[in-house]
Amino acid sequence: MSADANAALSRRGFLAISAATLGGVMLAPGIRLIEIAGARAPDQAVSRQVRWGLLIDTNKCAPGCDDCVKACATENGIKDTGHPRTDAQWIRKVELKDMRSGRTHSAPVMCQHCEHPPCVEVCPTGASFKRADGIVLVDRHICIGCRYCMMACPYKARSIVFEDVTEQNPDVPRGKGCAEGCTLCVHRIDRDRQPACVEACTKAGHNAMVFGDLNDPHSEIAQHVAKYASTQIRADYKLNPGVRYQGL
Amino acid sequence: MKRNAIGAPARHIARAICLLALLLPAVAFAAGRVPMPVVDIAKPGKCVEDTAIMRREHSDLLKHQRDKTMHEGIRTREHSLKECVECHASANTGSVLGEKGFCQSCHDYASVRIDCFSCHASKAKLAGGAKP
Repeated sequence: MSADANAALSRRGFLAISAATLGGVMLAPGIRLIEIAGARAPDQAVSRQVRWGLLIDTNKCAPGCDDCVKACATENGIKDTGHPRTDAQWIRKVELKDMRSGRTHSAPVMCQHCEHPPCVEVCPTGASFKRADGIVLVDRHICIGCRYCMMACPYKARSIVFEDVTEQNPDVPRGKGCAEGCTLCVHRIDRDRQPACVEACTKAGHNAMVFGDLNDPHSEIAQHVAKYASTQIRADYKLNPGVRYQGL
Repeated sequence: MKRNAIGAPARHIARAICLLALLLPAVAFAAGRVPMPVVDIAKPGKCVEDTAIMRREHSDLLKHQRDKTMHEGIRTREHSLKECVECHASANTGSVLGEKGFCQSCHDYASVRIDCFSCHASKAKLAGGAKP
């Protein structure tokens, strides 16, 4: 009896080991590794192997179109308080004109999710931080509302909330006295969805925005970046933003 | 002699103060000025931890979860404030705040200010905005 049980156990053990080895071999070429990191389990921490980024094609971005801005406001519960000068701005449309050629084009500008973010460097409490996957965020639990980050950011991507906020989206807590900016819709990314602006741009058929993992050579964004010329705004600062632009 | 003359009224006053101090709790509580918390759960069932643990440690659990979610992107449903609200929001108001709200009634009783809902949604679900 005991010998039989032992034999059965060892056979099962052998099968388990061989299955594990096979799995290891299949993982080893690294083809699927990034995808596994992207579709991580809810209890798994974000990985340094991912670098989320945005590619914005200004040739496809129509002047006057603000579908992305509207989608952002709806998603993140940003409402007009009647004070446009001090309202929080997570994403804005910037109209550009080359004075020599007269060419006009426009592009959405939001937090550029820098690799070396100045807002993180100046934050006295550690509230402004960069997540392992490259998303720059404000931890409102420790933000004291000093606004150093607003001054440090060369992209004017941070805002402060001046008025009480009610009726928040349960996924996007916001409140008075804290600095905030584009989160790249981190609550969506963590559930394998695209940021609201990208989704709206694609849904409207403009296809001017591509979101994805810059570190994954198989992702659409990485292939675009490898194939076509793209620039970062004020690349001379060497902050290496995760948001890139085509046609600027 | 002199000491006694001044001492007698002082002693009376001291006695009166002592009596008042002894009676004060009785006066305060007899009037029932502090209402007991209303624990009205619209969705009865088992919570993520035992009641005794939740009563004492819910703030620690929430704080631990908040750091995990914020910095590491871990969005498990257990110990998440959103899930608390999802289950404990009142059937009438849809909120955990308000006089009979699950969170507020108890915090009022314990005289502890809740800061959570100056930023977090106190209602379970809203029209508009994305849902997971």
